[in-house]
Amino acid sequence: MENFASLLHGFQIALTTHHVALMMAGVLLGILVGVLPGLGAPNGVSLMLPLTFSMDPVSAIILLTSLYWGALFGGSTTSILFNIPGEPSSVATTFDGHPMAKQGRATEALSFAFLSAGFGAMAGVILITLLSGWVARFALKFSSPEYFAVYFMTFASFVGLGGASPFKTIVSMAMGFAFASIGMDSVSGNVRLTYEFDVLLAGVSFLIAVIGLFGIGELLQTMEEGLRFEGVKAKVSPRDVLATALKLPRYWLALLRSSIIGIWMGITPGGPTAASFMSYAMAKRSSRNPEKFGKGEPEGVISPETADHAAGSSAMLPMLALGIPGSATAAVMMGGLMIWGLNPGPMLFVERPDFVWGLIASMYLGNVVAVIVVLATVPLFASILRIPFSIIGPAIVVVCFIGAYTVGNKAFDIWLALAFGIVGYLFKKLDYPIAPLVLAMVIGDKAEDAFRQSMIFSQGSLSIFWSNPLVASLMAIGLALLLFPLIGSTRRGIRKLVTARAAKA
Amino acid sequence: MKRFCIAAGAALASVIAAVVPAAAWQPTKPIEFVVTSGPGGGTDNFARIVQSIITKHKLIEQPVVVLNKGGGSGAEGYIYGKGAKGDAHKVVFGTNNAYLLPYVAKLGYKFSDLTPVSALALDEFLIWVKGDAPYADAKAYVEAAKAKPGSLKMAGSQSKDTDQTLTAMIQEATGAKWIYVPFQGGGAAATQLAGGHVDSNTNNPNENIGQWKAGQVKPLCVFSPVRLAKSDPVHDGKGWGDIPTCKEAGLPLEAFQMPRTVWLPAEVPADAVAFYADVMEKVSKTPEWAEFIARTAQTARFMKGKEFTDFVAKDEAANAKVFKSEGWVVN
Repeated sequence: MENFASLLHGFQIALTTHHVALMMAGVLLGILVGVLPGLGAPNGVSLMLPLTFSMDPVSAIILLTSLYWGALFGGSTTSILFNIPGEPSSVATTFDGHPMAKQGRATEALSFAFLSAGFGAMAGVILITLLSGWVARFALKFSSPEYFAVYFMTFASFVGLGGASPFKTIVSMAMGFAFASIGMDSVSGNVRLTYEFDVLLAGVSFLIAVIGLFGIGELLQTMEEGLRFEGVKAKVSPRDVLATALKLPRYWLALLRSSIIGIWMGITPGGPTAASFMSYAMAKRSSRNPEKFGKGEPEGVISPETADHAAGSSAMLPMLALGIPGSATAAVMMGGLMIWGLNPGPMLFVERPDFVWGLIASMYLGNVVAVIVVLATVPLFASILRIPFSIIGPAIVVVCFIGAYTVGNKAFDIWLALAFGIVGYLFKKLDYPIAPLVLAMVIGDKAEDAFRQSMIFSQGSLSIFWSNPLVASLMAIGLALLLFPLIGSTRRGIRKLVTARAAKA
Repeated sequence: MKRFCIAAGAALASVIAAVVPAAAWQPTKPIEFVVTSGPGGGTDNFARIVQSIITKHKLIEQPVVVLNKGGGSGAEGYIYGKGAKGDAHKVVFGTNNAYLLPYVAKLGYKFSDLTPVSALALDEFLIWVKGDAPYADAKAYVEAAKAKPGSLKMAGSQSKDTDQTLTAMIQEATGAKWIYVPFQGGGAAATQLAGGHVDSNTNNPNENIGQWKAGQVKPLCVFSPVRLAKSDPVHDGKGWGDIPTCKEAGLPLEAFQMPRTVWLPAEVPADAVAFYADVMEKVSKTPEWAEFIARTAQTARFMKGKEFTDFVAKDEAANAKVFKSEGWVVN
């Protein structure tokens, strides 16, 4: 109840004309940086940071977090329309979002994505409001073995997913791990796989891989297929947005499940990208018609989007209460907090309640503002598909390369994006899945670090993954997720064999 | 109107010329501040504070842009500096890693690829244990570590970097032995200690202040020749100035501090070095800088010219000795 009173006070702070105007500006800027692949939320926030030095901390954080929400929304737009994720966390949205757009259902896909994203974000903020103290204490229980167990769960839920052949999935994932290990290794302090090329020292950013594999790869394929986007003739009317909104409650189970997965991955160190992948995998597994997934199933859009945003907003809690940045964007914001003279940590809630609760209140308002603003832009974005490919195609190429350059201000990254584009094209031609590669690049090095830190903790004994109830149950869930599909398919195989024999006899 | 503008411009220019003592070198285009850490890291905060002070007090006429190049523990930024040979519009911000990194990893730059400009502060290192740990002082903790060799855990950020070097120095000086666990940064090392997963860390004040305020961790001693500056109480009536130095606490270790440094690429005009050293000196005298130093409990110490290069030579020798005895040297 005490939290509730603080929240009302927070609303008083956040609900001034000045702050609401900042939210609008932040969301619009965020959508812009989110739509441009590569120029994601972390870049947007670092670009804005110097402007906030002269602001008071509450206004500054409202501007930056609104920009973050906007970027998360913008990232899904390009996933759906062009199969080019603006952010790595919207990769899973392409699986069904883009097929929907191709079938002429772009408005529906976009509306589903934004509405469910708003729902997920709300679920995350409500959790922060009600359980901030408890969650902060719970997160302290996490050490390297628990981190590894969370990453393991994510990979496990994805490996047995099916679709492509398991062998191809593993090849793709292994390539992702290899790319993730390039550069300085923080556990040993040695440089790996750079072959003394200085440009590789900082590693290969997964943002570059996403731009190349999806953006350039998609364009190469479109060019081969006849220089036009399918589904161009889609009718766009604002009424479709409302109609879609009315359909949303039907998917209450997906919304609920994805929110829980998202919140869980947000407060543990999984992060939004892992959350969206895992949520998609769980949706497909628990669906009655999994064969519809990947062909334009609305649930395949709703699940990753809800989880992505639930994770994005609940990840703010570890940042504020523990000083651990849950994402790259959170790391930039934490730098900002320190420059404004605040120390993130357990006492921030006690020392600066005006700041913390002002921020939390602004998360409620900011997300409502964001949903309204992005929904208003749906008809606009959906009609981009009507522009002839000969105009939009080159524009996308330019945006992709600008994005690739912005990631690290390196010209080399442009070539790298091009190389990844060719890899992406070959992957599609040879029917290899791209998503496992992206997933392994995003959390592969973190999983590796967590595993090796655990090994240092235990001096080389694997028993550390069963050493306390928390890590043991996480590992057990992970193993179950990995083995269930196997058991399922063996059982089906045996049954087939048995019926075949019975038929013979 | 046009004539008025020209006149005003000329007047303004003469005013500026009068204020700035005719320095031989002036920036003629926007300046890049190259940060050798990721966003949110200690070096990032350092560079951005300097940027905000320069902007606020208009110490440089040209705009200043901050670029993060933190790959390879910061080597990416120094290699970028090497590539900008002769370009005095690129200023590299770092720590002592500028001259220490080439010892422990095969990298594409040498220390001679950089021109020293100045140092603005020394960041401090402390031994921190969990808030409810039974150790009253540093001596007691080291004795406990000696009693169970190789079982207590010391957390730090990165590998073969300052935290691990300091741990090696303490081991060398006391004969105790820890398991060193490298994390991605000081923030992770702080939460791991607060959660009780490790027994201690050697974080900078700023990395642990949040946890100390909450009483989740407590400092035992600081590796500084003198006690830190007096401050408001942080937790339980104790402030930074109340922490004993490790020497006082009975550890035979002189001091361990990390300079916050500024560099230029090689082969830049000497006047450009003087220009930036002058700007940094002005920054170090602003109230905003004093406030930043106090808030992060660092020690303010401006060094330029010979004083700075002497400091670097001494610090390099002390660290290189540890690298050699630990077998980390690659070249």
